[in-house]
Amino acid sequence: MSKISVIIQREYSTRVRKKSFIIMTILAPLLMAAIFIVPTLIMTNESQEFKKIAVVEDGSDLFREAIPSTDDAEFVYLENVDIDEIKSNFSEAGYYGILYISPLVVNVPNAVQLISKKQPPLNLTTYISSVMEKEIEKQKLLAYDIENLDEILKNVRSRVSIQTIRIDDAGEVKETSTGVAMVMAYLGGFLMYMLVFIFGSQVMRGVIEEKTNRVVEVLVSSVKPVELMMGKIIGIALVGLTQFLIWIALTIGVATVLTKVIASKSETVIETVQSMPQSIVSGELNEQMSQASAQQASLNPQLAELMGILKTLKNQSWGLILFSFIFYFLSGYLLYASIFAAIGSAVDNETETQQFMLPVTIPIILALMVAMGTMQNPESSLAFWFSIIPLTSPIVMMARIPFEVPAWELALSMGLMVVTFVAFVWMAAKIYRTGILMYGKKTSYKELWKWLKYKG
Amino acid sequence: MALLEASEVTKQFANHLALDRVGISVPEQSIYGLLGPNGAGKTTLIRIINQITGPDSGTLMLNGRKLRPADVVQIGYLPEERGLYKKMKVGEQVLYFAQLKGLSRAEAWKRAKYWFKKFEIIDWWDKKVEELSKGMQQKAQFVSTVIHEPKILIFDEPFTGFDPVNASLIKDEILFLRERGATVLFSTHNMSSVEELCDDITLINKARVILQGNVDDIRREWAGKEYEIMFKGDSVLQENDHYKILSKKKDNGKTVIRIETVSSIGSNDLLQIMVKAGEIISFNPALPSMNDIFIKVVQSRN
Repeated sequence: MSKISVIIQREYSTRVRKKSFIIMTILAPLLMAAIFIVPTLIMTNESQEFKKIAVVEDGSDLFREAIPSTDDAEFVYLENVDIDEIKSNFSEAGYYGILYISPLVVNVPNAVQLISKKQPPLNLTTYISSVMEKEIEKQKLLAYDIENLDEILKNVRSRVSIQTIRIDDAGEVKETSTGVAMVMAYLGGFLMYMLVFIFGSQVMRGVIEEKTNRVVEVLVSSVKPVELMMGKIIGIALVGLTQFLIWIALTIGVATVLTKVIASKSETVIETVQSMPQSIVSGELNEQMSQASAQQASLNPQLAELMGILKTLKNQSWGLILFSFIFYFLSGYLLYASIFAAIGSAVDNETETQQFMLPVTIPIILALMVAMGTMQNPESSLAFWFSIIPLTSPIVMMARIPFEVPAWELALSMGLMVVTFVAFVWMAAKIYRTGILMYGKKTSYKELWKWLKYKG
Repeated sequence: MALLEASEVTKQFANHLALDRVGISVPEQSIYGLLGPNGAGKTTLIRIINQITGPDSGTLMLNGRKLRPADVVQIGYLPEERGLYKKMKVGEQVLYFAQLKGLSRAEAWKRAKYWFKKFEIIDWWDKKVEELSKGMQQKAQFVSTVIHEPKILIFDEPFTGFDPVNASLIKDEILFLRERGATVLFSTHNMSSVEELCDDITLINKARVILQGNVDDIRREWAGKEYEIMFKGDSVLQENDHYKILSKKKDNGKTVIRIETVSSIGSNDLLQIMVKAGEIISFNPALPSMNDIFIKVVQSRN
């Protein structure tokens, strides 16, 4: 076995067997999922509690039978009650709360009060206010005494939801969603930043460890310094790839399970939604649309949205995304890892790395900020330049890819990355081989520059 | 022919000349001492021989051939600052270093087990280095230095930091390895070990060689003024114009007197005087200790 592969194997196996690796690999996706799922669970749980609300109207009966009951709330109209009396015993009577409507409601917005023991959820209050607004509008319109008012109102009411469809040169259509693209851009950019940083700093710490416990001198009497550096960098890259692939496998597993579960609940919706893009192109527009919208309106809106998202996710060019992610992770990591290795070799302990960390962190943070901006404006020149410049391109380009990038831009960016990381690795090797045997010297940038020029 | 030969080796660091045309010649199956004050250049020379750094000028020959990168497998190196990965298991670590020196994993495993048993640390094979005592760690390091049966063993300050028991163990192993055909080069401040072990030495000070050669020859060269006379029973020796008495020891029915001549009196004439002072058992020019020679040479050059 060549010496570099011996080193790579050691660097890989010592890290993969650590408990912290196993925990991170399993915990991190669980944590990510929890961050999304737990708030949703909390919100849905709240609304599932069935609420009986007593409606007390003071001085009129405009709203008798005007508020329809929903899945989780029933509105019971109470006549001839004393508001103060009901306030004190509504809970024992089994009511969640009291909707008190004062006579001024037509002109004064907050003449309506919802009195309850617990803080009512947002969707309840929104529902009540929108129903009441419509009722008041209706009453005001009635006062104008227009003929056939009911018919007119029914025809006027409409609902618009935008379905984004992208069409490429070959005429192929793809259903997309800007929301999904944004989430993926955010995830891609952020994930890249985290991975490069986490594994890059593992390289640095490994180099410093070898320096402080003096094992490096034994090592370089057997192998060349550059072999040691590259062995470490590649070994840790493999650890990162392993962790990433395990996450992907877990995510695909979970996503497949989710899709099957939801699919079994709404098969007709799939068929309709699937056939929609084609039918638009072929012109059977109106009929399909109205059919679909009728179906959608009757379905649980959240479920339909989730289906839409999953459909969109299916339509992303996963091959390209995965390939780009792995390319940028590897090249970005190699670039930053070699910088981290050089820094590690120049210092005697971790605290001394602080002075060097700032210039390394700045491009990464800039890249993250530009990546956020990219989601709003993927075609801006800022986004373009930052996805080409090698220090920032891994993060920014990953944010641009869900919005589709022209092939030549991608090629240029990748080409520049390769050239740059090769150059950085070469420079880092020079600094590394001098730095690892140098102790006690106050390293400054001038010092590092001198090391760059030392001959072997 | 010398196994290892360095000539005209020069190394300049940024502000500091580390080696100035230094040359050494290490005969095969000998024990060679590299001496000198701190900062003299010994470690730099050793690092150059191990190809950790390169010389600015000069040549290094191994077995009559220019030293090449592949030759690192022929050399075992125990640096002055010895280190091990603290969180790695010691057995596995020794295997790692052995593989880096070119052994196959299977062969390394066999030999490592042999050495661990020999040094009685076999029960600690699966323990992390930080769980071992310092003495055990040193033994493990020694194992990784010799495991690939190198032709040349280089130790930088091998006795510093070892407790007396382990230092003695190392000394014995060095002699044992030399018997098995190895050549040993070590740098040290410990002059008594030089007298015990070394055949030849080089003394470096301020980047230059100031003394070089066979240990016995050097000691004899620096002798000449001191004599040691052993008498049976007591002696009535007195000082006179020719010599002064340095020490007189009575021990086990014998008296050992050390004198230093102050005139140009020859040994035969001196013997004549001694014969009159008691019953002589032995009469020898006293070889100065390497320690004294070291101090004298370095001070005279400063």
